[in-house]
Amino acid sequence: MLELAVGIILGCCALGAGVAMIAGIGPGIGEGNAVAKACEAIGRQPESKGSVTSTMLMGCAVAETTGLYALVIAILLIFVAPNMLVNILLKVIG
Amino acid sequence: MKVTDRQKRVFIAVDVLLILMMVLPIVAAITLKVLTTPASDGVSITGARIFFTIPMPLQDLPITESQINSFLVLISIFGLCLYMTHGLKVKANLRRQHIAEWIVEKVETMVNESMGDYFKGYAPFITSILALSAFSSLLSLFGLYPPTSDLNIVAGWAILVFGLITYYKLKSGPLKYLKGFLEPVPFLAPMNIIGEFATPLSMSFRHYGNVLSGTVISALLASALQGLSRMVLGWLPDALASIPVFQIGIPAVLSIYFDVFSGCLQAYIFAMLTMMYVSGGFSLEDYLLRKEKREKRKAKNKKSKINDNLEVV
Repeated sequence: MLELAVGIILGCCALGAGVAMIAGIGPGIGEGNAVAKACEAIGRQPESKGSVTSTMLMGCAVAETTGLYALVIAILLIFVAPNMLVNILLKVIG
Repeated sequence: MKVTDRQKRVFIAVDVLLILMMVLPIVAAITLKVLTTPASDGVSITGARIFFTIPMPLQDLPITESQINSFLVLISIFGLCLYMTHGLKVKANLRRQHIAEWIVEKVETMVNESMGDYFKGYAPFITSILALSAFSSLLSLFGLYPPTSDLNIVAGWAILVFGLITYYKLKSGPLKYLKGFLEPVPFLAPMNIIGEFATPLSMSFRHYGNVLSGTVISALLASALQGLSRMVLGWLPDALASIPVFQIGIPAVLSIYFDVFSGCLQAYIFAMLTMMYVSGGFSLEDYLLRKEKREKRKAKNKKSKINDNLEVV
């Protein structure tokens, strides 16, 4: 029984980490949009390349934040959560 | 004024000492890592190694690799700054003085552009954040544990920035700051308070997540390449099979992005966001109005005091 419970915990942690990384779609689309617009802007005004590039990098990094939240959650689920949850389970069982 | 031989020799000696001050902390960190890391065959992803814990009243304070590495980076940057500014002259004849002047000018124009004239004194602070963050992330080039991939270190900086933001918001009017939580409708106050704390949270998570993801992906790639080269060369005798064919060169390409580019970009973004948040939370007009009011009140108080004194007399 205990093996089953631990197995369920480990499996659900891995599943949760995978599901959390779906959030990577959002920043991907957002950054793609930002880069596309920046390319258009540079094509229209090549002399403003420097400032457009630095602003774009800045915006990309900010847009990336939500993806990184998901990454942090996934890393916690893989490396930290299983230990903690198994410990809780063992404590409950006694 | 002629430079004597003795002066020249002293100058070079000081130079060598400062370069040693720059290099020795890194060497010490590498030695520490080599001495304390247990030998293992596989590639593993671990957090910072805990060297020892100091007992504290509330909770034990663990002294980890990241703290020690970040202090070593601090010493190294200190040595670098001393080296760059050693032997400054009005007419610069040393290359390093030109580089130092270029850095100072760049940061000052950056601070001036994004923060305005009132925050001119912020240039040193921003430079130190930039240097500390960039050099900490670049530490992974030496195979060391980068302190920025530990949430505690970055959260410390973010809390410092949060304190600055709150200080400047309070400086431009405490009542206005408190009132800002009740806007646009009072029942959104909890959301506003959460939003206030989201600033340091997102800043620290962004920086730490980026550096950590680079470390994790590099480790995964390293282990994958190890497996691949074992699979390809597995049929050969032992001595030949352990040649790391695929581990040569390929990880370097990712390292350029994750260690060099990402680390420097995150340092720039952390500094940029610091500047934007700090200058965005402060409104110079409100501050000047408050100052004027306070001075008026002071003048009034003085006048009434003088009047009191006159009456007594």
